[in-house]
Amino acid sequence: MEAIIIGIAKSAIRLATPYLYASIGETIGQLSGVLNLGVDGVMLMGAFSAFYTVLRTGNLWLGLLAAIVVGAIFGLLIAFINVTLKAEQGISGIGVYIFGLGLSSLLFSTMVGTVQTVSGFPPLSIPLLSNIPVVGEIFFQQNILVYGAFALVPISWFILTKTPLGLSIRAVGQHPEAADSLGVNIVRIRYFTVVLGGMLSGIAGASLSIALLNVFQQNLTNGMGFIAVALVYFGAWRPKTVLIGALLFSTVNAIQIWIQVKGINIPSDFTLMLPYIVTIVVLAAMAKRRIHPPAALNKPFERGE
Amino acid sequence: MKCKKNITILIMISILVLFLGFGANAKTFRVAVIMPSAISDLAFSQSMYDSLLTIQEEMGKENFEFVYSENMFVVADAAAAIRDYASEGYDLVIAHGSQYGSSLVDIAPDFPNTSFTWGTSVSTFSDQGITNIFAYEARSEEGGYVCGVLAAKLSESNVYGVIGPIETGDAKLYVDGFKAGVLATKPDAQVNVNWTGSFSDVALASEAAQTHINVGADVLTGTAQMVVGAIGVARQRGVLWFGTQADQTSIAPEVVVANQVYDWTVVLRPMIQLIREGTIGGTTYALTLANGGLKIVVNQEALVGKTIQDIIEGKIDIEL
Repeated sequence: MEAIIIGIAKSAIRLATPYLYASIGETIGQLSGVLNLGVDGVMLMGAFSAFYTVLRTGNLWLGLLAAIVVGAIFGLLIAFINVTLKAEQGISGIGVYIFGLGLSSLLFSTMVGTVQTVSGFPPLSIPLLSNIPVVGEIFFQQNILVYGAFALVPISWFILTKTPLGLSIRAVGQHPEAADSLGVNIVRIRYFTVVLGGMLSGIAGASLSIALLNVFQQNLTNGMGFIAVALVYFGAWRPKTVLIGALLFSTVNAIQIWIQVKGINIPSDFTLMLPYIVTIVVLAAMAKRRIHPPAALNKPFERGE
Repeated sequence: MKCKKNITILIMISILVLFLGFGANAKTFRVAVIMPSAISDLAFSQSMYDSLLTIQEEMGKENFEFVYSENMFVVADAAAAIRDYASEGYDLVIAHGSQYGSSLVDIAPDFPNTSFTWGTSVSTFSDQGITNIFAYEARSEEGGYVCGVLAAKLSESNVYGVIGPIETGDAKLYVDGFKAGVLATKPDAQVNVNWTGSFSDVALASEAAQTHINVGADVLTGTAQMVVGAIGVARQRGVLWFGTQADQTSIAPEVVVANQVYDWTVVLRPMIQLIREGTIGGTTYALTLANGGLKIVVNQEALVGKTIQDIIEGKIDIEL
């Protein structure tokens, strides 16, 4: 029983990792009023750049840096389209997704060609903590990008709720006119959050290609970026609830894998639906809380004269 | 009035040019193929791409041309591509995926002179009065059985992990064949099967492999392009892997023992022959071990190479 729980919990933590990076990045962007549906495309570009860099140089940190830089470039592009050009955010995001999907596939087929594996970030046992029975094995024998994803939750919570920067971000998303009149530079804040979101999406991709799966192929993320956007709504724009959502989704997924492997007689079509069913049920139950999205979400800022 | 006349002349000229264009290439057999994943997926799509390259080598580039659309995982996009290719006058349009069947039923009757083929399936839709569709399947249970027998000989824990995409077509046949092969060799074996519900969810396939190993499996196999994640896990955790559809040895030469490789040329050759003779549909083809469409490629390095190498290098002392 203990081995089963450890196995499922370790699976769940690994599965939640890319969602955490991407969802928290998206949360910060949305809190400032910018909806980015292109997360999956940026993840794919991050995954490819990290993979390619590691394949050529063998340097994992350089790979991670490549994903961050490429993520930032995509973030700049998204910010330029949505903030400066004031495009319709839902549609431009889909455009960015398709661009990232296509470009990463093209680069992969021309620069790599065939499926190859790399040696990714190895498990890193945290001294003392990793020796705690069960808990140590589940939480403290993972790789460094997994630790990073979970560390991001308190860090982003702190920045968003306890710092002047966080206050500005939320003000820009709730009431941009008021923030503007108080001298907050709306355009600069939104560029900052969207570029940061791009970097985190890039790391989300890298966590797949050079830490968890250690492989790249076309459409590696398989739509994870869209689940990440859904998790932002599930988490009601709070890092802590985003974490709960990501863990819920991936734990149920880990359990359904285990149910199938153990040959428990439930049709696979049904077990595969479980993560989605559970997430929808929880969402419906939470609907009573009536949490509204940031008031200025999806609205370009026009300064009234 | 004059304007209309000019347009009519223009259209006539372009039709003439089109005819001349086709006339010049009358002998070239032109094929268009739509594939659900990448031509380099080391799985289903690559097996077809490699087979078309072989046919092109045999017939010569001047006699055989082919174009392809890869990563057409959205069926609606694939249907649009199938229609485009058909209207461009290709001799044969290959819809390489069992998800494309219903699109073919819509499209094929609109192009009665174009030949279509699809797989894996056994249905040519002749029962619906359609005469220009061929079908092809892979009897992948045959190679699955061979891999299963080999796997049973190599396993120490006698627990086996199988990762499949969706319980249908050649994936289901392969998984069932593998199971049968293992159980025929070791009746008390435990073969655990996991379906990921997707051909492309690499992360889920990878976690499925982790779970299989956690419950004791020391031999894994799987089918469809998302298994690259599982092969990575097998390599990392040092358990053996059996591949299917294409030769997957290059991903992890230390652990990939054997692969069932699809060779679609045994399907394409007779199909092209029939089309040239004027029959453009109605037949179902199959890859089998008997006709050479299925091949078992054994990776000596993983199987015996290491032992031999150890003896040569003196790492093993054989005490008699």
